[in-house]
Amino acid sequence: MTRNSSRNEPLLVRGLLICVALSYLGLFLGAPLVTVFAEAWAKGPETYFKALGQADSLAAIRLTLITAAIAVPINLVFGLCASWAIAKFEFKGKSLLMTLIDLPFSVSPVISGLVFVLLFGLQGWFGPFLAEHGIKLLFAVPGIVLATVFVTFPFVARELIPLMQEQGREEEEAALMLGASGWQCFWHITLPNAKWGLMYGVLLCNARAMGEFGAVSVVSGHIRGLTNTMPLHVEILYNEYNFVAAFAVATLLAALALLTLVAKSLMEWRFAAELNSTRRL
Amino acid sequence: MQLDIQSVSKRFGDFQALRNVSLSIDSGELVALLGPSGSGKTTLLRIIAGLETPDSGQVLFEGENVSDLSARHRQVGFVFQHYALFRHMTVFENVAFGLRVRKQRPSKGTIEAKVRELLHLVQLESMGDRYPSQLSGGQRQRVALARALAIEPRVLLLDEPFGALDAQVRKELRRWLRRLHDEMGITGVFVTHDQEEALEVADRVVVTHRGGIEQVGSPAEIYDHPATPFIFQFLGNVNRLPVRLHQGAARIGGLAFPAGGFENAQDQPGIAFVRPHDLGISAEGSGGIPVSLRHAVVIGPTVRLELEGPDRLTLEAELSRSAFDALKAHPGQALWARPVSVRAFLEDGGQ
Repeated sequence: MTRNSSRNEPLLVRGLLICVALSYLGLFLGAPLVTVFAEAWAKGPETYFKALGQADSLAAIRLTLITAAIAVPINLVFGLCASWAIAKFEFKGKSLLMTLIDLPFSVSPVISGLVFVLLFGLQGWFGPFLAEHGIKLLFAVPGIVLATVFVTFPFVARELIPLMQEQGREEEEAALMLGASGWQCFWHITLPNAKWGLMYGVLLCNARAMGEFGAVSVVSGHIRGLTNTMPLHVEILYNEYNFVAAFAVATLLAALALLTLVAKSLMEWRFAAELNSTRRL
Repeated sequence: MQLDIQSVSKRFGDFQALRNVSLSIDSGELVALLGPSGSGKTTLLRIIAGLETPDSGQVLFEGENVSDLSARHRQVGFVFQHYALFRHMTVFENVAFGLRVRKQRPSKGTIEAKVRELLHLVQLESMGDRYPSQLSGGQRQRVALARALAIEPRVLLLDEPFGALDAQVRKELRRWLRRLHDEMGITGVFVTHDQEEALEVADRVVVTHRGGIEQVGSPAEIYDHPATPFIFQFLGNVNRLPVRLHQGAARIGGLAFPAGGFENAQDQPGIAFVRPHDLGISAEGSGGIPVSLRHAVVIGPTVRLELEGPDRLTLEAELSRSAFDALKAHPGQALWARPVSVRAFLEDGGQ
C-alpha cells in the first residue's frame, strides 16, 4: 500500500525532492571533495607527487601513521574494557564512568589540548617534575599521541556499550554454567559477539586519530618535520600560499575518509546477515 | 542427586526476593517452582545454579555444602528462558562448547560422537550446521537443552523453559521434557508461572509467593487441597463467596457445607472458594444461591456462564455443552447456583 501511494506521488514533487537532496549533497560534500582533488592536480601529476615527496610531507605522514598506530590500539583495549565493565556488571560510579567517556565529545578539542598544556607545560602542574627528569611531553611526539588518545577514546566504547548492553549477560552466564573460565567466556563469547561493533569503532577511531586538528595543534608546537601531523602540515602549507602541496596532502586525508566510508559500507553489505544476528536473536 | 536448600534468604536492595526458604528435592525428581512473577522462584533457581549468592543459608548437593563452589564448578545444567544460545556458533558448536572448555578436553572424536548423540536425543540431527538465528523457537530451546545435558549435569535447572513459545509448541515440548526426564532419570527443577505446565509436567510442585514457599505437594494435592487462599486463586479460575463460619460449617444463602478446622468458630465472616466446574446450575428452585444469567460463552466443549448473585456478586460457572443445552437458559433468566464443594478460610486468611 505505502509503496503504491509513494509511487503515485506526482512526478514533479518527486523530482523536486530528489533535486533538493542531491544539490545539498553536491554543494556541501561533493564540491569540496572535487575542489581538493582538482587543486592538488591543477599543475599536473608531477607537481602533485613532488609535493607529496617532500621531506616535511613525508615526515608529517609518518608522524600521523605513528600516532594512529599507538592511539588506536590503546583506545581499542580501553574501549573494550570500559564497555565490558559497563555493559556486563553493576558497580558504583558506573554513570560517572559513562559521563567521563563522553567527555572528549562534549569538550572542544582545542580545550582538550590546552588542558594538556596546563598539566604538562613548563608552568603546568607536572611541568617542573618532567623538566627535572628530562622528559619532553609537550611540543613532541608523546604529547601529540596523548592528545590524540584523549580526543579519540570515546569512539570504540560508544560503539560497543549499546551493543553489549543489548546482548545482555545471559550468554556469558550460559558459558559459565558449562564450565568456562572468565577468560574463556570473554574470548569465546563476549569478543566474537562484539567483533563487528569493535571493528566499526576502530574504523571511526582511526579516521578521527588521523584527522584530529584542534587538540594536536595546541600541543604540537608546529615544528616542521618533527611535530607536524598531516592536518597541521596542510595548514602550514596553505598559509604559505603553497596551494598545490597543501591540497596534495589534503587528498590523502580525503582518501582516508573515502576509504573509511567504503570499508564501513562493505562491512555492512558483506556481513549484513551476521550483523543482524549478533544484534538480535 | 539429592538437593537441599537450607534457610536461604536473598535481598536485592529494598526487595526481599527470598525469605528463609528451605526445600529438599529427591534424587531423580522433577520439581516445578510455581509462582507469580516476583515471588522469588527464579532467584531460588539462580542460587542453586550459583549465579546468585544467598545472603544467608546454604545449598547442599548430596549433603555437601556447595556455597563456596562457583557456578563454573557446580556441574549444573541450566536452560535459560530466552535460550541464551551462542549466536555466532553453529548448533553443533553450541552443544560441544561445554566439552571443549573442559580442563581435560576430550578427543575430537569423542566430542563429535557425544554431540551427535545429544542432537539425536533432541531430534535435531540434521541441524548441526545451522546457526541459532535459523531455527524456530522450539528448536532453539531443544538445542539449549542438549547443550546443558552435554556436561552430564548433576541437576538440570530450567528457567521458564517454554515461556517464550506459542501454545502448540509449548504443549509438545512439555510432554517431550517429561518423557526425556523419565528416560534419563536426572534430577530436575523448573520454574514456571503457568499452573497447567507445573501440574502436567512435575512430580512435585512448590508454590512460591512473596519470597517464601506457600505449599509443597504432588500436583493432585496442590490442586485438590490448596493450603492457602493465595494458591486457590493462583491455580486457575475460582469464585469467592462470602460465608459465615459457624461451628464447623460454612453457611451461604441457606446452604451449609462442612468446614473442617472451624469447629470452634462462632458466626465469623469467611471466604469460601468454589471452582467454576464445582458450581451446579439449575433452573428449578432447589435451594442454593439465587443468581441471574448475564451471558454465556461457548468455549469448545464447555460453556462458561457469567452469573450475577445477591449484592452484585459475580460468579462464574462452567458447564458441559449438553448440560447447558438442557438448561435452556437465556440472558437475564433467574437460576440457582449450588456449590458441589467449597473450601473456606477466615476472612483474614487464617484457616
